[in-house]
Amino acid sequence: AFFWLVSLLLSSLIWFIAVKASDPRDEPLQKGLLIFGVMFSVLLQEAFRFLYYKLLRKAIEGLVALSEDGCSPISIQQMAYVAGVGFGLMSGAFSMINLLADALGPGTVGIHGDSQLYFLTSAFMTMVLIFLHTFWGILFFHGCEHRRWWEIMAVVVMHLAVSGSTFCNPMYVGSLVPSYLLMAAAAAWAYLLSGGSAQNLRRFLLCK
Amino acid sequence: MITFMNNSDSEEEPCNERTSLMSAESPPVPSYQDGLPASEAGEAQAHRKRRTGSSRSPNNIADGDMSDSGVPVRESALENEEEELTLKYGAKHVIMLFVPVTLCMIVVVATIKSVRFYTEKNGQLIYTPFSEDTPSVGQRLLNSVLNTIIMISVIVVMTVFLVLLYKYRCYKFIHGWLILSSLMLLFLFTYIYLGEVLKTYNVAMDYPTLFLVIWNFGAVGMICIHWKGPLQLQQAYLIMISALMALVFIKYLPEWSAWVILGAISIYDLMAVLCPKGPLRMLVETAQERNEPIFPALIYSSAMMWTVGMAKPDTAARGPSQQTWDAAEDGRGNHRSPSHADSQMSETRSPVPTRPITSFEELEEEERGVKLGLGDFIFYSVLVGKAAATASGDWNTTLACFVAILIGLCLTLLLLAVFKKALPALPISITFGLVFYFSTDNLVRPFMDTLASHQLYI
Repeated sequence: AFFWLVSLLLSSLIWFIAVKASDPRDEPLQKGLLIFGVMFSVLLQEAFRFLYYKLLRKAIEGLVALSEDGCSPISIQQMAYVAGVGFGLMSGAFSMINLLADALGPGTVGIHGDSQLYFLTSAFMTMVLIFLHTFWGILFFHGCEHRRWWEIMAVVVMHLAVSGSTFCNPMYVGSLVPSYLLMAAAAAWAYLLSGGSAQNLRRFLLCK
Repeated sequence: MITFMNNSDSEEEPCNERTSLMSAESPPVPSYQDGLPASEAGEAQAHRKRRTGSSRSPNNIADGDMSDSGVPVRESALENEEEELTLKYGAKHVIMLFVPVTLCMIVVVATIKSVRFYTEKNGQLIYTPFSEDTPSVGQRLLNSVLNTIIMISVIVVMTVFLVLLYKYRCYKFIHGWLILSSLMLLFLFTYIYLGEVLKTYNVAMDYPTLFLVIWNFGAVGMICIHWKGPLQLQQAYLIMISALMALVFIKYLPEWSAWVILGAISIYDLMAVLCPKGPLRMLVETAQERNEPIFPALIYSSAMMWTVGMAKPDTAARGPSQQTWDAAEDGRGNHRSPSHADSQMSETRSPVPTRPITSFEELEEEERGVKLGLGDFIFYSVLVGKAAATASGDWNTTLACFVAILIGLCLTLLLLAVFKKALPALPISITFGLVFYFSTDNLVRPFMDTLASHQLYI
């Protein structure tokens, strides 16, 4: 969570500087800067995820060295999951909390011509992002562990795709549907990587 | 306002809580500056008292005994085990401290956001005489710096005073001071708080009920904090009085002064605990010499030290020293000195039995807890509360400061495990908190607002 926060800080710093240095009345430029800010932020987040992976790797080595039986009390997969959840929660909290606070107050959604489904879609989008961050955490760490760069690139590309799809808002079909599809794909991938299989799933669902 | 000015002394005590985390090796430091929660109360300890005792007795005995060869082996074995246990329980300690700090912050933020009283400007404390209503930025900055200097010097004077009192064993005075300050916190501040909360929610309460409620709350609080009580109740009370104190600070400190004071206090904390001539360090060393326990009233402890009823076969020699440690738990420094002398003598005379020491260690694992000074709680909550109050209604800033403080606390505990001596708990957390507050408020907020208005997600 902290690492996500720091990445957000740095990316907003860059965007802020860019905005201050540019002409505030130029609409397309502002929009362009915003897009640039978003993409840069995504890249920074992934970079910080990588840094976090490095930190956790060191921590695991330390724990293994100090433990009695040569294995650390927490595995790298668990750490990957926790890292993903941390990133997701922080990103979700930052996206939603002001919305929720405003939702407590008086007002009508979309009275000025914006979409009436604003709160609803925001909620769904946040939810899908939190899930995605969790799965991306697992995928990313797995890729780093086994030195499979294409997995890491896939995560980055997916993240860029999801963020990019939100540019279609308020045409929510363009953003929510692809995001959910990507989430399903990432979920299946992460599940398989963590050692699950169709058989396990069937056994679990049928309570064997 | 007049009441505050009159009670300035006792009010200052809670304010002046020094914050430092005590490490494992040092024996319990009575960083409990009775009257001055501010001064030293902030020492947290991983209670290794018994372990210190058991690892020190080999030292004493090694000086004049045959079991010399056994001793170094025992020492290194103890050290290795200590390190492992430190790391294993490090995570537990972190969680044990996260929960109360989070609770305190939640209480403060909830109150700030709902009760309007604490964000209204109704005057200032006498410790911050310069007003911030001046039109020019430079003047305002100057006033806030002057306010900070006054506040910090008051705190320094109080701390030094407390150290002197402690050095010259004026325990009764310290006791009385502390009891007076917690009385005021528990009764007066609670009365005001309850009044404001009831006003906000428009709930009517008659005076007899109010009197009953406050009397019970205060009386149970006094007993719990100063004497004996269930651990969780004591922890709850300590959290509540920290939150009350933080709310007072948030209300009565002017804007810029509050931030400058937070920064200055963490610097002071750093110096007072780590410099050789710092008052807190002198207090720690004095307490170590006297081997005295910490008074529970101004330190938050996450685990209770219960008396060990070890029925071990050859504990005849261990008996007196064990009783010394047990007596220590009770926390009264008065009968410490004579029993301490006993333990020294018994330790030098008795040989080193192996089994009781391991059982000491086992027992220690169960009881070990971490202590954090109430001043830490207060200043963390002041930071988060101020963020909630003044960040233009933005929850992101509050959340960011909250995470920053917790991470700072984590790092401090890590350093504690590494260095094993008294550490100040304020600097890292407050630095992170301040950095995140200012950067989130000025940089992240416009970015997130723009993103939210276009419904873009990053």
